[in-house]
Amino acid sequence: MKTSKPIIDGSDLKKIYQMGDFEVRALDGTSIQVNEGEFVAIMGPSGSGKSTLMNVLGCLMSPTSGQYILDGEDVSVLDKIELAQIRNRKLGFIFQSYNLLARTPALQNVILPLYYDRESSLTAEEQEEKAIKILEAVGLADRIYHEPQELSGGQQQRVSIARALVNDPVMVMADEPTGNLDSKSGAEIMDLLVSLNKEGVTIVMVTHDPAIAKYTDRTIHLLDGKVAQVVKNGKEHK
Amino acid sequence: MKPLKVINIAWQALLKNKIRSLLTMLGIIIGVAAVIIMIAISAGTEATIQEEITGLGSNLIYVTPNMTKLTPGSMQSDGGLVYDDAFAIAEQISGVNGVVVEQSSSQTIKAGDTSLDGVTIMGTTADFPSVRDMEIVSGRYFDQKEVDRTTPIAILGSSLAEELFGDRDPFGETVTVAGNIRLTVVGVFEEKGMVGDVDYDSRLYTPITIVLDKLSDNKFARFKGDRVRTIYVEVDDSVGPDGERSLDDVIYQIELLLAKRHEVTLEEADFVITTQQDIISTKESTTAAFRSLLAWVAGVSLVVGGIGIMNIMLVSVTERTREIGIRQSVGATPNDIRWQFLTEALLLSLIGGLIGVAAGVIGSWLFGQASGMRTVIVATSVLLAFGSAATVGVFFGYYPANKASQLDPIDALRYE
Repeated sequence: MKTSKPIIDGSDLKKIYQMGDFEVRALDGTSIQVNEGEFVAIMGPSGSGKSTLMNVLGCLMSPTSGQYILDGEDVSVLDKIELAQIRNRKLGFIFQSYNLLARTPALQNVILPLYYDRESSLTAEEQEEKAIKILEAVGLADRIYHEPQELSGGQQQRVSIARALVNDPVMVMADEPTGNLDSKSGAEIMDLLVSLNKEGVTIVMVTHDPAIAKYTDRTIHLLDGKVAQVVKNGKEHK
Repeated sequence: MKPLKVINIAWQALLKNKIRSLLTMLGIIIGVAAVIIMIAISAGTEATIQEEITGLGSNLIYVTPNMTKLTPGSMQSDGGLVYDDAFAIAEQISGVNGVVVEQSSSQTIKAGDTSLDGVTIMGTTADFPSVRDMEIVSGRYFDQKEVDRTTPIAILGSSLAEELFGDRDPFGETVTVAGNIRLTVVGVFEEKGMVGDVDYDSRLYTPITIVLDKLSDNKFARFKGDRVRTIYVEVDDSVGPDGERSLDDVIYQIELLLAKRHEVTLEEADFVITTQQDIISTKESTTAAFRSLLAWVAGVSLVVGGIGIMNIMLVSVTERTREIGIRQSVGATPNDIRWQFLTEALLLSLIGGLIGVAAGVIGSWLFGQASGMRTVIVATSVLLAFGSAATVGVFFGYYPANKASQLDPIDALRYE
């Protein structure tokens, strides 16, 4: 552990859906801690609740019960608008299908989170400079004004990584970041994530691929909405 | 987000779908242009009526037969107006400046080799030029003696004189009416132009007795002693709100006189007296009704345009669900999303409104040119149309925008 400051502190998180007479317990008392600078994988079969956990940790939904403290702030009690602002200031997202705005240049895609930051003191020019710097850092110096449809899958995922980093988040959530990529580009993306993690970015990644999970510090296995097992991964890639 | 950024984002979104944006605006463009053109047409019509007020000559009273009393049976009684009624009014009512009786007939006329069909032969009396505000430009008019003697003379309207004689002076020339009535031209009227839908310049003016005796289609009228359709009475300056007697008073005197001459009671009068003001107000209320009808029709097209915007915005929200999800995931609040889509709708309606104003102004002008109708662009109609377009944008844009803002980020992101 580089440091012990907790970024995620979720305890006894429950997410219960009422489907007619049935209760679906997507999360059934999950407790999870992630410290600053960690790279953590969440694994589990489909229906194990890993997507739900991802959505709760990513502040896209609130848990039915339990407490979730993100970067020292209890976010389990926040409303829609406050959650949006938390996502804007503290989180970055990387999706399996990239989720870039179509027909919009890479630069504008990366700047997008800054648009919604009410407290940003950056001018439009400074925002652009910052976005360009990050695009260069993820290896897209020559693709800044390209639109997503002109980019390969790996390049699109790099744009989305740049977008996740532009607001200096306390944590990046990655949902199957290599799911749509061939193994070579997938490996490149994972190498990029590992090097970002080395620079201090905290990353929580959901995957079903054990080979991908091996890139991380530890893997949290979910089953039926509960943490079944936590495995420390070897350091061969670190 | 800052307003400028919101507008910029909305603008970019519209640019990405140029054709669709344009088609969406079309409804608003047509609506706004329709409002402006419709109001321009009715304002033009009103202005024409205003000119008619001054063009017809002032202080006119019209006496006409009461058509409801002129049943076929009563035609043989004393119902209706006769030629002599006019002179009785002129002689016995004080405050009357002049009295004119008109009887017209449409005939073929010939002068030398030139022959014209369907010329209006206007039989009238000596006071006609003053009552109808017409000036003789060359020659003279006829007097009452010539009317009494059925003197075969004619005064030409300016355009008729030119058609028949070109640049030649028509004075003393002979015009043949209906093949066998020869009239000597003694004068030409100054150009008057169109008054309402009446062209005074294309007519031939002659003593009314010529028309009554020789040209009247209604033989019956000739036997029964010169029935006339209208007696025009011009009152002098002593009549009016500031004068010695009121217009109503003069009308009452005429009513009493005619009732006595016709041997009827006032309740059963076989004539109707109308003032010029009555006619103008009737016309005005007709055009006012016409105008509000047009404005309503145009307004409906604006609303239809607004529904078009709502339609497209709803499609757009569904289509761009994933975009909304992406924006939400990076921190857009429901308000941000609502404003984005509302701004798009507003931009559509405002730009559409601007184009519509331009189209309306140009369209009014073109319509005026093409139809010959007068159109007057009314500034308030431009503001009204543009304001309505903006209102329509907000009104019909709000529902789709609100729908977009209420999307759940997880569902939106998952949307294919």
